[in-house]
Amino acid sequence: MTSTATDPHPSDEELTGGELKRRLARALRRQKIRALLLIAPLLLFILLGFIAPIGSMLFRSVENNIVTDIMPNTVAALQTWDVDSTELPPEPVFRAVVQDIQVAAEQRTAMQLARRMNFEVPGFTTLMRQTQRAVRRWDVETDGPFRDQLIEVSSDWGDLHTWRALKAYSSEYTSGYYLAAVDHTMVSGHIEPLPDDRSIHIMLFWRTAWMSALICFMTLLLGYPVAFLLANVKERYANLLLIMVLLPFWTSLLVRTSSWKVLLQEQGVINDFLVWLGLVADDNRLSMINNKFGVIVAMTHILLPFMVLPLYSVMKTVPPSYVRAAKSLGANDWTAFWRVYFPQSIPGIGAGAILVFIIAVGYYITPELVGGPSGMFISNRIAHQWYVSGNWGLVGAPGTILLVAVLVLYWVYDRVVGIDNVKLG
Amino acid sequence: MTVVSWGGAYQASQVNAYINPYVAAHPGLNVITDESSADAVARLRAMSEAGNVTWDLVDVVASDAMRLCDEGLAMPIDADTQLAPAPDGTPASQDFGNTLVSECFIPQIAYSTTFGYRTDMVPDGVAPPTDACAVFDTATYPGRRALERRPIGNMEWALLCDGVPYDEVYTTLETDEGVQRAFAMLDTIKADTVWWTAGAETPQLLADGEVFMGSTYNGRLFAAIAEQHQPIGMAWGYQMLDLDGWIIPEGLPADHLARVMDFVYFATDTQRLADQAAYISYGPARASSAPLVGNHATLGIPMGPHMPTDPANMTGAFLFNYTWWADHRDELDARFQAWLAQ
Repeated sequence: MTSTATDPHPSDEELTGGELKRRLARALRRQKIRALLLIAPLLLFILLGFIAPIGSMLFRSVENNIVTDIMPNTVAALQTWDVDSTELPPEPVFRAVVQDIQVAAEQRTAMQLARRMNFEVPGFTTLMRQTQRAVRRWDVETDGPFRDQLIEVSSDWGDLHTWRALKAYSSEYTSGYYLAAVDHTMVSGHIEPLPDDRSIHIMLFWRTAWMSALICFMTLLLGYPVAFLLANVKERYANLLLIMVLLPFWTSLLVRTSSWKVLLQEQGVINDFLVWLGLVADDNRLSMINNKFGVIVAMTHILLPFMVLPLYSVMKTVPPSYVRAAKSLGANDWTAFWRVYFPQSIPGIGAGAILVFIIAVGYYITPELVGGPSGMFISNRIAHQWYVSGNWGLVGAPGTILLVAVLVLYWVYDRVVGIDNVKLG
Repeated sequence: MTVVSWGGAYQASQVNAYINPYVAAHPGLNVITDESSADAVARLRAMSEAGNVTWDLVDVVASDAMRLCDEGLAMPIDADTQLAPAPDGTPASQDFGNTLVSECFIPQIAYSTTFGYRTDMVPDGVAPPTDACAVFDTATYPGRRALERRPIGNMEWALLCDGVPYDEVYTTLETDEGVQRAFAMLDTIKADTVWWTAGAETPQLLADGEVFMGSTYNGRLFAAIAEQHQPIGMAWGYQMLDLDGWIIPEGLPADHLARVMDFVYFATDTQRLADQAAYISYGPARASSAPLVGNHATLGIPMGPHMPTDPANMTGAFLFNYTWWADHRDELDARFQAWLAQ
């Protein structure tokens, strides 16, 4: 099309082979550019709205330049001090601390450093506040030596623990956030597990995984017969049923989650009904919300369409004649279903399962609203770090782990089932 | 003069109680009100960096005031020379007492995290709860509880109700055994507790009869009791007070500074702080204001009993320990969330 448009008289002259190739290449290039321009808005959007934030999250999970930026002299002076030493660092280090904190106090960055270090060492905020107040009055040239003066300001400067932590977290890039995301610390200069009563991440990763798998299984259990029905009834009934599947899908997520709250709470509809029936004592109502049960029920409901729709689209393509053929060859209903129909619906199961599982693993709002502490997912912990603690590194690290876990899962799935066997429609 | 505050009902109470009267007494003064308190710290940092501070007076919570003071963005105040004494001549520093949590902070009001309970769910023949410790007494007061999903407040109540005197609470919490003791106390009600993250949840849970007793901000409970007429009572004892007040940005021009100091002297005197209580259920930060608190401006009910700072409500009350929690929040929050999730 393009070549005829650019060349009005293609048949007038004999084209040499080289000329033809050149023109063809030019035409193809033009087509490519046009195609690129057409997808440019989307590409730009994905780049800015998706790739860039993920990149920044990856970066934040290792970035740690706040310590080197605010205490450059101290970090340099600490190079020669061994973390396993039982001696405090020598006087030049203390002097460097005074120099650095004087500048930081002037530039009002001292408390930023305090916040960063307080994630690792409780008490660093007060240490910095006291130190910054004291060093403002000192002269680095004439008021030394500073070792005893600093320990006078705060005994924490005389504590090896402070120095080990400072050295351990002084590199420009740190693995500290990843360690924290798997319940480890290097606050002593060596990597060691956090005590059990501070460990939360591994347990939450594990809980997120098994609950997502269970939710995935529940959607399959409930969704398979629905999809089967949809694919095998007359078209006008199928459309009605499809609308009933889609109706909740079109309702706001918040409304659906809040409705579960109304249904499941102790003074809620279901408990009231059970008490009315006499199945449950009024003073011993069932706890169905603010726990794992509530999350599984609400998320199964919310994610059901993501299972039903891929199943339906695959089942619709299974020719009914196969099952009929199986039956005419002597198979009973179950054998015909299990040996003939079910294997053909597996691509739909694969698509639905991977879709539901991946969405469930990153779910936030439903566990937050109906989960309570025992139904909390890893994403709730990540959000908590973001808006309560302001610890962005500990937002990035578990976020990245979650991303990598999903990618690995996808890869394994591709190896086992084959992604070409997955049909979304 | 640009005055920055939180907007909403709170800023309206300030306009009614002291900005309007001050403007009436100083014709020609133009007061611009701004509603940016929520991001005041970030905005003041930016203004200071640009060398162009356009705010004259900023309303912030005490923890933000301390941060601004640490960063040199707020001006230190000498309470006794720059703020009005009480009517009986008591110096301002004594009248404000321990609410002067930072040298830059000029307290206005105290609000509190305290407990409300369902009056109709108190068992027959049992006296209604009067303090936070009733939350741990499941034998006398059966039913579910609502507590905030964070360690602040809960750790203090756990230890106070386990018999630790207030002045030993924080030294106790600095030891591992102390933290475990607090968790052991919280363990006794863990299964009965709904954990909230937004202050509106507890009034809703109380209204639904989902919980017997729960903690939240006193203003929320006031609204549920006085405006929505819910069957809810207050158990004020051991309430945790938090403060809100003014800071003056560092580096104002002399004429602005003189104007602002004159306004602050007027706006934080005993009568003005008492007047503010007619518009909002937050307690005046001055001890001398409490007896002057009158009726609510529109509801007409006496506001004294609804004030966190009313002497009758102050049994065992303690102030949010800003400095201690700044140091220990990250660590205890991790432990608290781990404890919760188990």
